[in-house]
Amino acid sequence: MSKLTIPVSSADHIQGDIDAPLTLLEYGDYECPYCGMAYNIVKHIQKHFGKRLRFVFRNFPLVESHPHAGIAAITAEFAATKNKFWEMHDVLYENQENLAIQDLLNYAKSLDLPSDELQLAIEKDMFNEKIKNDFMGGVRSGVNGTPTFFINGIRYNASFEYENLLEALTEAEKSI
Amino acid sequence: MGKILEPNIPAPDFNLHATPDQTLSLSELKGKPVILAFYPADWSPVCGDEMSLFNEILPEFRKYGAELLGISVDGVWCHTAFAEQRKLHFPLLSDFEPKGAIAKQYGAYREKEGCSERALFVIDKNGIIAWSYLSPVAENPGADGILNALEALPK
Repeated sequence: MSKLTIPVSSADHIQGDIDAPLTLLEYGDYECPYCGMAYNIVKHIQKHFGKRLRFVFRNFPLVESHPHAGIAAITAEFAATKNKFWEMHDVLYENQENLAIQDLLNYAKSLDLPSDELQLAIEKDMFNEKIKNDFMGGVRSGVNGTPTFFINGIRYNASFEYENLLEALTEAEKSI
Repeated sequence: MGKILEPNIPAPDFNLHATPDQTLSLSELKGKPVILAFYPADWSPVCGDEMSLFNEILPEFRKYGAELLGISVDGVWCHTAFAEQRKLHFPLLSDFEPKGAIAKQYGAYREKEGCSERALFVIDKNGIIAWSYLSPVAENPGADGILNALEALPK
C-alpha cells in the first residue's frame, strides 16, 4: 500500500476548507485525457462532500508523452503567484486540446493576468523546481501514472469513476 | 504463478534482441546497476503506462549510473514501433524465441497467458540481484521501489 511521502502543506494548492477531515489529493497532468475525465468527476465529488473535503492538486506532467504538459504546468504555477491557480487549473482542463503557448497566453489574458510575464516564465522555465519536486515526490509516493489519487494519504488504486471515488471517500470518512 | 528470483543470487545472463539487428547481454552491463523491468505486453492503453512512466524517470535512474531494460515477449518490430510511438529512451528486449525463456528463468512468466509478469529486478554492478518485486499484473508498480533499491546499493 503506497503512502504519500510528502504531507500536504501550505506549499500546496488546496481547494476547500483547509481543516477539512477528508483530503483528496491528485497528481495530474493537464494534457492527459484521463485527468480531463477525472476533472469533471472531482468537481461532482467536491459538490457532494462540501466543506468536509479539501482537494489538493500536484503536478505530474508526463512530458515525453504530452509535449504541452510542462508549459501548461508552468502556466498554472504562474497563475498561482497571482492567486489564480484554480481559475487557471479549470481553464486548462476545459481546454485540454489547445495548450500551445499562444493558447496559454490567451488564457492568461482572459483571467486578467499579464501574458508577457507568463511568456517570460515559459521561456525561462520558471517554476521548474516546484514542478520537479511535485513530480519526484509523486514518484517516491508510488504515483504510477496520471491521474493518481491519494485519499487521506493512502494511494487510491481503484477506478476514478464517480461512484467508486464517492464510495472510497465515504468509507474514509467513516474511519476518521 | 511462479515465484520470482529473490535477492542475493546471481541474475541469470541473457542475450536478447534490443533492435532488429542488435542484441544485448546482461553481462555486457557489468560494472553498472541494471533495472530489469518485465512487463506483460507493449501497447497498454493508458497514459503513463509503466514503460512511459519509467521513461520519464530515466534521468533519476541515471543519477545512480543505472541502466534500465524493459523486457516482454513482444517481437522486436513490435518493440520498435512501441518505443518509437512512446519516445522511449531505453532498450526494450524481446524475450520472443523461445518465447518467455528469460522470464521463466527469473520466475516471471505467466504460463496461462503466455506473457511475462509485471516484475522488477534491480541487479547490482556485480550481477547479483539486489531487489526484486512482483506486482499484481494489472497494477503498474511505479518507481518508488526501484529508487529505494538503487539508493540502498553500496556505493
